[in-house]
Amino acid sequence: MKILVPLKRVADPDNANKIKVTAGKIETTGLEWKPNPFDEYAVETALRLTEDAATPKARKGEVVVVSFGPKEVDTTLRSALATGADKAIRIDTTDDAIDGDLLARALKALVEKEKPDLVLLGKQQVEGDSNQVGQLLAEYLGWPQATFAGSIVSEADKSLVVSREVDGGSLKVRVTLPAVVSVDLRIVNPKGVQSVFTKAGHNYPEGVRFAALMAIMAAKKKPLTEVKLADLVSDPTLKVKTGAAELPPSRKAGIKVKTVQELVAKLKTEAKVL
Amino acid sequence: MPYLFETEEHAALRANVRRFAAKHIAPYGFEWEETGDFPRELYSEAARAGVLGIGYPEAYGGTGGDLGHVLVASEEMILAGHSVGTTVGLGSHSIALPPILRFGSEAQRNEFVVPVLRGEKVSALAITEPGGGSDVAALATRARRDGDYYVVHGTKTFITSGCRADLVTTAVRTGGEGHGGISLLVIEKGTAGFTVSKRLRKTGWWASDTAELSFDECRVPVRNLLGEENQGFIAIMLNFITERLYLAGQCVAIGELAYRESMRYARDRRAFGRPIAGFQVLRHKLADMASALAAARALTGEVATRHLRGEVVTSLAAMAKNTASDMCSFVCDAAVQIHGGAGYMRETLVERLYRDARIYPIGGGTREIMNEVIAKLEGF
Ligand SMILES: Cc1cc2nc3c(=O)[nH]c(=O)nc-3n(C[C@H](O)[C@H](O)[C@H](O)COP(=O)(O)OP(=O)(O)OC[C@H]3O[C@@H](n4cnc5c(N)ncnc54)[C@H](O)[C@@H]3O)c2cc1C
Repeated sequence: MKILVPLKRVADPDNANKIKVTAGKIETTGLEWKPNPFDEYAVETALRLTEDAATPKARKGEVVVVSFGPKEVDTTLRSALATGADKAIRIDTTDDAIDGDLLARALKALVEKEKPDLVLLGKQQVEGDSNQVGQLLAEYLGWPQATFAGSIVSEADKSLVVSREVDGGSLKVRVTLPAVVSVDLRIVNPKGVQSVFTKAGHNYPEGVRFAALMAIMAAKKKPLTEVKLADLVSDPTLKVKTGAAELPPSRKAGIKVKTVQELVAKLKTEAKVL
Repeated sequence: MPYLFETEEHAALRANVRRFAAKHIAPYGFEWEETGDFPRELYSEAARAGVLGIGYPEAYGGTGGDLGHVLVASEEMILAGHSVGTTVGLGSHSIALPPILRFGSEAQRNEFVVPVLRGEKVSALAITEPGGGSDVAALATRARRDGDYYVVHGTKTFITSGCRADLVTTAVRTGGEGHGGISLLVIEKGTAGFTVSKRLRKTGWWASDTAELSFDECRVPVRNLLGEENQGFIAIMLNFITERLYLAGQCVAIGELAYRESMRYARDRRAFGRPIAGFQVLRHKLADMASALAAARALTGEVATRHLRGEVVTSLAAMAKNTASDMCSFVCDAAVQIHGGAGYMRETLVERLYRDARIYPIGGGTREIMNEVIAKLEGF
């Protein structure tokens, strides 16, 4: 099976307090970058679907990671290659020149070139939280889609049974390949993925795998190609117009109350929540 | 600030170790330091994440890489894991295995190195004795040859990971007086006559166990001898060079962490109506900390680079260890001062780092012995 996994780097959410906004624009210099966590889950899922867990080094399929961004994004792609992805593509652009729709259109063109059996994405990226690329892409391709996958069972790599995380439980759907699937956190549970190679009762290590040093070194030799955005989409018009960015107001200091009575009174008269 | 020698590859390694430490050490480090132990499973967890084998050949289950990678990985483990004791306990193989790799036979490497790098066995290095540690050439643990066995008799002390070590690279006297009579034997747990006689309580490094080991007519097979008989002293001395660089690297990491914690605290803590970082005295203290840290990092990185180029860095490694341990003591002391009363409290990270810092002018050769090494090699 060949799987395409779009991957984005995001500003480290743990350092959100370092983000500065000047004249309505977010300053990105000096920020620390990390792969979007949901995208890391998608890479992990793709690897689990294309390997025999007993001999993970012998690849049984192909995982292609793709990212949109400037040269520095190569680092994020290399780290995905180090965890086991087979090849990487960087689509040269900048964050302010793309939106979810353009991304989906470019990915459609890439899918037509690469011909994967499956596009696996994170359900959303944690910067914009738009949660739309997977859905748009499926629509543009005319492929079946399953979003928020909490578990995936492969049926001979012809179709997938996807358990979707929905309000109040999970919903099982069967999608025929080729398809678009977006993943949620639970997919990296020990039993999140059952590929055609996964033995009954096998438990994957919880979470996303680590890259050993030799894999980091070997990743330098794996193919990483650059594609111009214009080679994939002729119309770079954005549907989303960004006005200005501003930081959320900083939190005011709290107050201490002496008694429960006082608390209730304040909740009624000041906070007006009771 | 990373070391000057670092490449994109080191950055990727840092990211990987950071993720490992944030997931497997940071949430529990505080508790492990208080209870004085970390779970044994951490070794296999670290092996699986490719963290345990950094700097060891792939042929024996390592993940490849060199001393630079080890420095970077252990720094990141301290920075992200916040538990120096866990880092050094998990890393006791960094002094126990190199003599086996360098002087051991192929069979010994496969038998001893492979399971340790797989996280299945724990290893330790035992040189120091109750009678003395600085004067290695005077060590008194005897190993008398008896057919296919050495009969070992003596005591080792202050041994890192000694309580749970499955194999101990042990310095013994097989020959006459002085450095010409010393050999290295791998002594395995379960060998009759080998016992852990004491678990030692100490100033810092609490999550790492430190033991006194007793050998009472302990019969060790001759095939566990590393290299040739009576040639152990040189193996010990070569091992010290890398150990001292590792220790210097730990000092840099601890200094960096204490400095970061102090900077954060100085910005948040208010006195006399402003953040304490607003007082020039404290800003200058932080500037001195940053400068000492940068100097120690620069020297440690330079000596590591020279070592990797094949230069003999015996004297430079001793200088790096002293420079970095002085820096670490100074920075951690200043960090406690900046934290005020909170800096003296057990729940504050810099309080623990302050205690951890005290070992570095002692372990791996004392500050005075480093100066002896430097004086001798510089020729004065
Ligand atoms: C937490 C911890 C972990 C350790 N882990 C290990 C381990 O895993 N394996 C191991 O083998 N050892 C280990 N050690 C032992 C450590 O290496 C020794 O403590 C150290 O080498 C000093 O030896 P000593 O304690 O016997 O001090 P001594 O040699 O008795 O020295 C006492 C004092 O005299 C000074 N002195 C000695 N000789 C001279 C001289 N010629 N000139 C000037 N001053 C001198 C010393 O600098 C020191 O200040 C550990 C120690 C500690 C505290």
